Amino acid sequence: MEPNGHDEASRILHELQSLKATKSDIDRRISALESQLRHLNLQNGTVPNPITAAHHDLTPEMIHRYSRHLLLPSFGVKAQSNLINSSILVVGAGGLGSPALLYLAACGAGRLGIVDHDVVELNNMHRQVIHTEVFIGQPKVKSAATTCRSINSSVQIVEHHEALRTSNALEIFNQYDVIVDATDNAPSRYMISDCCVLLGKPLVSGAALGLEGQLTVYNYNGGPCYRCLFPTPPPTAACQRCADSGVLGVVPGIIGCLQALEAIKIASAVGEPLSGRMLLFDALAARIRIVKIRGRSPQCEACGENATFTQQQFREFDYEKFTQSPLTPSPLKLELLQSDSRISSKEYHDRVANGEAHVLVDVRPAHHFKIVSLPKSLNIPLPSLEARLPEISSALKEEEERNGSSSAKLYVICRRGNDSQRAVQNLHKLGFTSARDIVGGLESWAHDVDSNFPTY
Amino acid sequence: MQLTLEFGGGLELLCDSVKVHNVKVDMPKGAEKLIMKDLLGWVRTNLIKERPEMFMKGDTVRPGVLVLVNDCDWELSGQLDTTLEEKDVVVFISTLHGG
Ligand SMILES: [Zn+2]
Repeated sequence: MEPNGHDEASRILHELQSLKATKSDIDRRISALESQLRHLNLQNGTVPNPITAAHHDLTPEMIHRYSRHLLLPSFGVKAQSNLINSSILVVGAGGLGSPALLYLAACGAGRLGIVDHDVVELNNMHRQVIHTEVFIGQPKVKSAATTCRSINSSVQIVEHHEALRTSNALEIFNQYDVIVDATDNAPSRYMISDCCVLLGKPLVSGAALGLEGQLTVYNYNGGPCYRCLFPTPPPTAACQRCADSGVLGVVPGIIGCLQALEAIKIASAVGEPLSGRMLLFDALAARIRIVKIRGRSPQCEACGENATFTQQQFREFDYEKFTQSPLTPSPLKLELLQSDSRISSKEYHDRVANGEAHVLVDVRPAHHFKIVSLPKSLNIPLPSLEARLPEISSALKEEEERNGSSSAKLYVICRRGNDSQRAVQNLHKLGFTSARDIVGGLESWAHDVDSNFPTY
Repeated sequence: MQLTLEFGGGLELLCDSVKVHNVKVDMPKGAEKLIMKDLLGWVRTNLIKERPEMFMKGDTVRPGVLVLVNDCDWELSGQLDTTLEEKDVVVFISTLHGG
C-alpha cells in the first residue's frame, strides 16, 4: 500500500518540530556555558597587570571588543566605562525593543533587563528582528535574551518574563538606571512614565505605527514627563494598533535604534539627550523633524510643583480605567446580535456545501479583501454599506434566479466578527431583516473549517 | 495670509489622507491679527472631512494632539492665543502608541 501523503507530511512536520525544539535547547545550553566561561575568564583577567595598568577598569578583552568606541575622541574610555557600569531596562521586546536590545547588548551596557509577557509569533518576525524562527511560540523574553547573550556574553542579561503592572513596576525599575519604553499601548505609557517620575529615572520613549515614528526622552534634566505633554488620555478611537493598522517593519526598527542611541548617551553621559525636544519621523516623505516641546509643567499631576502622587497611589492606580484601554491589548470581541442573527463558520460551510442560495457580503476594507477572501464573496466595506444597498439587492435577486429559489439568504463576514455584527445591525434597520453574520469572521473560518486559509 | 498646515500621526485621515496643505487664511472680520483659535475653527470648517471629534474637543484640539507652530510646541507660544505670521508652518500631530 502507498504511504498516505497526508500522514507522511504530518510525520515530517512533527519530527521537524521536535528537532527544532532540541536545537533551541542545545543553543541555550551553549550560550549559557559560553557566558559562564567568559565570566570565569573575565574574573581571571581582572588581576591587575603592572605593565598594562591604566586609569580605567576595562579588561583587555573589553578594550579589543569596544576598540571602535574607544577610538572616538568624544566617547572614549570614560564613556565606555560609564556604559559598562550602567544598567538599562527595555520594556517590550517587540518592534521597538528588538533593535534597541540588539544595540544595547552589542555596545556593552553592564546589565540589560528585558520585560515582556508575550510569545513570538510568525506575524511579528517582519519587524521584531531579535527573534528567530525556532523561537516561534516561545516567550519573547527568552528569545531576546538568547540573542543578546549570543552577541555579547559579557553583558548581564536579566529576563523579566511578566507583564508590567503597578504591582511589579516599582521593584523592577528600581534595579536600573535608564528605562526604555518600547511598549505598544497608552496605559503602559502612562504607567511607565509615572513610575519613572516616582523613582527619578530617565525614560527613553519611542513609538511607531504605519509609516511614522516618534521619539523623545522624558523626566530628564528638567524636561517634561509623559503627563506634562499629555495630561488627559486620548479617546480610545485615536489609539491605533499595529495589529489593526499595520506597520512597515523598518519604521519601528529606526525608532528602536534611536532609542538605543539615546539610552547609550544617557548611560555613558555623553552628548545632548533628546529631552525637551521630540523627533518626528515620516518614512514615506523621508523626513525627520525635531521640534521643541514644553518643559516640565508646574501643574503636572505626576511631576509638577504640587504633585502629591506617591508610590502607594501608583500601586493602586487603575491605568486601564484611566485610559479606557487594556494594558495587554487583545482583539475586541463584540456581542451585538441575538444568536438567531448569527451562524458559525462551520454551519456556513455546510450550507454552501448543500448548495443553499445565498449572498456573502465581506465588509472589510478593500485592502484587506485583496489579501484573501472567500470565494464569490461581495466586498462592500462597512462605511459604504448604506450607499451600496442596491448592489446587495440585485445580488440576492440574481442568486434567486440562478438557483430557482424564492429567497436567497444574506450572510455578512469580516476579519474577526465585530464589523460583521455592526453591518448586520445596520442591515436589519435598513430592511434586510434576515441578514446574519458569521461568528468570529475569517479567523474562525481558518480555525474551524479550512486550516490552510491564511490569517493575518 | 499664506500658511502651511501639516497633519500627522493619523490625523491626515481626517482630511482625505493629505498631509500637507498650503492654504490662504483670511483674518477674521475687523481683527488685526490671526490667532491659533481662529485657525482651528478655519481648519475644522475647511479641511476636516470626517469625524471632527477626532480633531477637536471644545474649542481646542482633542487630548493626544500636539500642535507645533514653526517646529515649536504651541504651549510655549501661548496656545490658542498664538499669533500667526505670514508663511508660518503649523503641524498637528497625533501621539502614537504602537511599537
Ligand atoms: Zn509631568
